[in-house]
Amino acid sequence: MKRHVPVLVLAAVLLAGLFAPLVLKLSAPGFWTEVLLGGLMAGVLYSLVALGFVLIFKASGVFNFAQGAMVLFAALAVARLSERMPLWVAILLAVAIMVALAWLVERLVLRPLVNQEGVALLMATLGVTYFLDGFGQTVWGSDIYSIDLGIAREPVMVLEKVFEGGILINRDDVAAAVVAIILVGLLALFFQKTATGRALRAVADDHQAAMSIGIPLNRIWVIVWSVAGIVAIVAGVIWGGKLGVQFSISLVALKALPVVILGGFTSIPGAILGGLIIGVGEKMAEVFLGPPLVQMFDLAGGGIENWFAYMLALLFLLVRPEGLFGEKHIDRV
Amino acid sequence: MLYRENGQFKSTYAADLQMLPILQDRLFMFGLIAFAFLVVPFAASDYLFLSILIPFLILTVAAIGLNLLVGYCGQISIGHAAFMAVGAYAAYNLWLRVPWMNFLVVLVLAGFCAAAAGMIFGIPSLRIKGLYLAVATLAAQFFSDWVFARVKWFTDYAHSGSVSTAPIDLFGWTIDTPTDKYLFLLAVLIVFTILAKNLTRGHLGRAWMATRDMDVAAEVIGIRPVYAKLTAFAISAFYCGVAGALWGFMYLGAWEPLAFNLTLSLNLLFMIIIGGMGSILGSYFGAAFIVALPIILNQVPQWFGIPISTATASHLEFMIFGALIVLFLILEPHGIARLWAVGKEKLRLWPFPH
Repeated sequence: MKRHVPVLVLAAVLLAGLFAPLVLKLSAPGFWTEVLLGGLMAGVLYSLVALGFVLIFKASGVFNFAQGAMVLFAALAVARLSERMPLWVAILLAVAIMVALAWLVERLVLRPLVNQEGVALLMATLGVTYFLDGFGQTVWGSDIYSIDLGIAREPVMVLEKVFEGGILINRDDVAAAVVAIILVGLLALFFQKTATGRALRAVADDHQAAMSIGIPLNRIWVIVWSVAGIVAIVAGVIWGGKLGVQFSISLVALKALPVVILGGFTSIPGAILGGLIIGVGEKMAEVFLGPPLVQMFDLAGGGIENWFAYMLALLFLLVRPEGLFGEKHIDRV
Repeated sequence: MLYRENGQFKSTYAADLQMLPILQDRLFMFGLIAFAFLVVPFAASDYLFLSILIPFLILTVAAIGLNLLVGYCGQISIGHAAFMAVGAYAAYNLWLRVPWMNFLVVLVLAGFCAAAAGMIFGIPSLRIKGLYLAVATLAAQFFSDWVFARVKWFTDYAHSGSVSTAPIDLFGWTIDTPTDKYLFLLAVLIVFTILAKNLTRGHLGRAWMATRDMDVAAEVIGIRPVYAKLTAFAISAFYCGVAGALWGFMYLGAWEPLAFNLTLSLNLLFMIIIGGMGSILGSYFGAAFIVALPIILNQVPQWFGIPISTATASHLEFMIFGALIVLFLILEPHGIARLWAVGKEKLRLWPFPH
């Protein structure tokens, strides 16, 4: 129990921060709810990227820095392909491309580097990141592209009876949340109910033991990178549909790193919950903590959300290095 | 035939401890330094100075700094541009607000500011390591990006958020022309190289390397991990702080907050991967490589007469960077420095390998 105290304190502080604007009457409940929903939406996207990280880390112990680049690459592919063909064909083609990419990464990067330490693999994925960023923009172009998901853009007013003035909700946000939930459900089914999923979990638990009972490690890696690629397509399409496909996607996707720290490197529920916490936390901080900070220190504008997630992860690392749901084993020094 | 150490006996402790024990190495090094000081200033063009030599010299200081932390102490950082930013802005504010201060003092104080920042962001390394630490250092990166873009005091309330400097006056010597800058930077680099080399040979460097190789074992033999890691962070950040100040004053002249962004951090990391982790010499190779590569990539298509747009060239640069990183990690994890060492080993036996 004692080791949970700092975590509980941190959670209490976060919760207090979350509800403080309401309690202190700094904002109307309607506005507060809108900010909360906006944060949850951003959180869903972070969760999706973080999911890709966690999948790869679980199965191969590789800290995949390239997940953001994969999201950008996938989004670019879908955006450019959908200019010439229907969206669903473009997405199917993009799936094929991501599977091919997974195979190439396994062949050219992972296999020669097998048994290297984690840091070397991290740096290799940094190389993959650069390669993908350059390759994607060479092949697909480097302008800002849009993905038309066929969802009406104008927001809908809901809950007018509960709150004064109601709440504005974007339809594509709702669609994104639904898609994300479906995706997580499918992944859970895949991991729990299929033979391949069982093999993936076995590899995640213990490489050696998995190999000794005849699970082909290399094939598992291709599969898991493909799954991460498909998750990247989903994240990229949702993101691109919302904000347009551009280079900054690959940077925003770096936010998934604090998410996995918060949730635990090896936990899928952790990635989802962590994403939501980070998403809500940074939006709340930006909206309610930003203006007083700007006033107090005479800053040239807010922008706290750029680092809030990282600082939260840093704090979290100090009190609970394994994350919310991560495995307890961690190298302590 | 020429490069062999037969007959070179060490008869004093001083001779045993010297940095370059082989006579040929010493001659080569002195020749190189003499060449750099006496010939290059007259032979090189301004273009060569401004776009290759000056960035190379400054980035080498930064790369040595990062190498002390990552290569020698084994603590990964992908946020070292943050410490360069701290150094640059500290130097700018000292230079602006304390005009009578000598620039050398400014440099050292800027380094100390960066070292303090490095120690603060190094604290997580006491509990975590490896991949987790990478994220913690990323926090330093994004936080410094924000601080220097938003806190007006650091940029002297400049409206655009960018700052500009003037040529430095050092004991009556105005460092203004590319040649002046080159000579000053060369001197700084040599001092910092000698310092780093000796640090890594001394007890501190050994403590770092022991921590890198196996921290638990290091602790057992009496190395305090707190001390080893925090000194590594502090000294590494000191180097980067000085490099950042030089980068701002000598190379950029005027800069925006985003001059020290994540790309620069990653480039520093690539320098030491390609050059060689845990090797001072490798930092030189890596910096030279990263500085020269984009320039070469821009030139090559022109030689062959292939028209290539700048956008495509920069994308190609990304691709080649990425591919090279992976290639180096697979083929030669110890970088160019290792190739150099192998070459030297071959040279000792050449031309009669038996």
